[in-house]
Amino acid sequence: MAKLHRPLSRRVVLAGASAAVAAGIMPRRAHAALAPLKVGVIHPTSGFMAMIGQICNRGAVVAPAILKDLGYPDLEIVYGDTESNPDIARAAGERLIDGGAQILVGAFDSGQTTTLAQTAEQRKIPLMIDIAGAPQITEQGYQYVFRNFPRAPDIVGGALNVHKLVFAASGKTPSKVVCLYRNDTYGNAIKGALDAMVPKFDMPYKIVEFIAYDPQSRDLSVEVAKAKATDAEVVLAVSVANDAILLTREMVKQRWEPWGVLSAGPGWYDQSYRKALGKLGNYVISTVPWHDPRKKLTQLMLQALDKKYPGEAVDSSTAYVFEALLIVADAYKRAGSAAPQALVEALRATNIPASDSITIGNGKGIFFDAKGQVNGIPMAGVQNQDGLPKVVLPLASAEANLVFPVPGWQARV
Amino acid sequence: MLEVYLNQIASGALTGLVYGLATLGLSVIFGVCRIINFAHGEMMVVGMYLALMAFRWFGLDPLLSVPLVGAILFCCGYALQGALINRLIDVPEHMQFIMLTAIAIVIVSACLLIFGPDLQNAPLAYAYDSYAIGPFLIDKVRILAGGAALVVAGLLGAFFRWTYLGKSIRACGDNLTGARVIGLNVKQLFAFSFGLGAACIGAAGCILLLLVDVQPYLATDYTLLAFVIVIVGGLGSLAGALVSGVIIGVSEALAGLLVQPSLKSVFSFGLLILVLLLRPQGLFGRQQG
Repeated sequence: MAKLHRPLSRRVVLAGASAAVAAGIMPRRAHAALAPLKVGVIHPTSGFMAMIGQICNRGAVVAPAILKDLGYPDLEIVYGDTESNPDIARAAGERLIDGGAQILVGAFDSGQTTTLAQTAEQRKIPLMIDIAGAPQITEQGYQYVFRNFPRAPDIVGGALNVHKLVFAASGKTPSKVVCLYRNDTYGNAIKGALDAMVPKFDMPYKIVEFIAYDPQSRDLSVEVAKAKATDAEVVLAVSVANDAILLTREMVKQRWEPWGVLSAGPGWYDQSYRKALGKLGNYVISTVPWHDPRKKLTQLMLQALDKKYPGEAVDSSTAYVFEALLIVADAYKRAGSAAPQALVEALRATNIPASDSITIGNGKGIFFDAKGQVNGIPMAGVQNQDGLPKVVLPLASAEANLVFPVPGWQARV
Repeated sequence: MLEVYLNQIASGALTGLVYGLATLGLSVIFGVCRIINFAHGEMMVVGMYLALMAFRWFGLDPLLSVPLVGAILFCCGYALQGALINRLIDVPEHMQFIMLTAIAIVIVSACLLIFGPDLQNAPLAYAYDSYAIGPFLIDKVRILAGGAALVVAGLLGAFFRWTYLGKSIRACGDNLTGARVIGLNVKQLFAFSFGLGAACIGAAGCILLLLVDVQPYLATDYTLLAFVIVIVGGLGSLAGALVSGVIIGVSEALAGLLVQPSLKSVFSFGLLILVLLLRPQGLFGRQQG
């Protein structure tokens, strides 16, 4: 009782005033009482997609410290490995949830993400999809699944726009294109979108043949021979790094020199591709959602990655994982609770201004539609030059000049 | 278009020779010891990694490392047979299956631990070279790999045909009781045969490194492929394994061109089903009993 009636001393008033001022100056610290959110980050870090999965995880390695410095709550990352296998993705998701993960982030590959989404929905744990383009994932009426990545039709629509820009900028327009694509969930989604959208976009070329290949194939000589026989001027590829390497090697061996390779997907800009092929890996043009190096958060991410992985180029896989964690941290901060329903409601109410994000984005910011999808994410034209992926289109964001048609194989080495 | 088909037939045949060589190891081990080696692909991956290390540490071309890797795998195979597998000769087949599957899992885990999950290769100076002969365009690596496979297979055939040890091993395979009656040291010959099979697999691993990048998970695919080839060719038949490898290689290449590349393995397995239905002993195998 005595304490209650104690008169306010000058020291107490000053301390209280200081605390109030500090709270006013640093409002973002208001979440300090929140316990760390346990985030299950799941990617294919072994198996045939191991390289890209490990590159994805880099975003999760650097994100928590940067986000914490910016006033977001602590994220405790626990990692899962899909082993490049959709069935194992399901089991790995279950294990993470059983181990206490309060939200999942993943999983790079559409097939693996599809099974992971089923797990998340069954277990009623939110899943923030960082990378996966198959449209059906957010068409199932799921309540716990959110995606900040373009769907296959968006990827294809954006890619076709970039193709037109390439032809306009170079003054060279092909009439025949051959499409080599992985026979998996993502590859088939892109193929389906190409079938539907190429006629609508009034493209100057005809896709003379679609050649599906086994994503786990160790030898793509037949596929390249078949593509070469079409006499197409340009290759349109839907690959990941391993098969992109095999395709390039075979093109060199079979002395096939098309005007260029246009990639609608990952693989051809990956570090593993560029490292494996050296100069032969230059000049591929990838149409991909990319990070915006001018944004403040992107610069922080790039600095942290450069410190952690010196000399290694950053690609959009790392950036999209980072951005997924930004969305998660933002939702947790607003939710003030790690309860699944609270997180889901906060995710639904996400509205991160474009200037606070990492990727080029739609210019309006990050917010989800009723299906849990972020819309309007544009594609950039990224060309490998001097061993690094560089934005060449749209011209407003270009950091290097477009080279098309590309030099022959012999001219590169 | 004809030259495309011819090129692919040639390319498929050369790749098939390497498949055939890899399968010879399986065939030798089964033909003599009557053990189905479920760790076949894993042993080949070990051969690939050894060749890779020889390339990285000593700059040794994988083709030149064939004798070294073959010798190492021979020792490993000999020791494995002597220490573990000899004990399983007379036990039910499922016990052998479980033991060899366990060995396979141990090998894959060890490779993962030592080398990691990434694809790795030996960047050879001639990796991208190809020869243009008229309408043919064949890459140098495949010609070298196919040629090396033929040489190793020829040496193995000569060993079985013209050496006393080779004849003794064949005697064990043909008539085990008879071999015991005439005083052959069957256990030692079994161990030698397993070592020889393992050496063959190691040699194939070195050669295969020219064609594909290595990673631990590669093993399962090649174990399955080896079983397809050995069943089509005939269990225990050396010539059958080689010819069947070429048939599978060519059929996959042509199927990829004629139908859809992602369906090419359907043809191998289709052929397997046909052979099992029409000639269960395989194209070159002998009817049992």
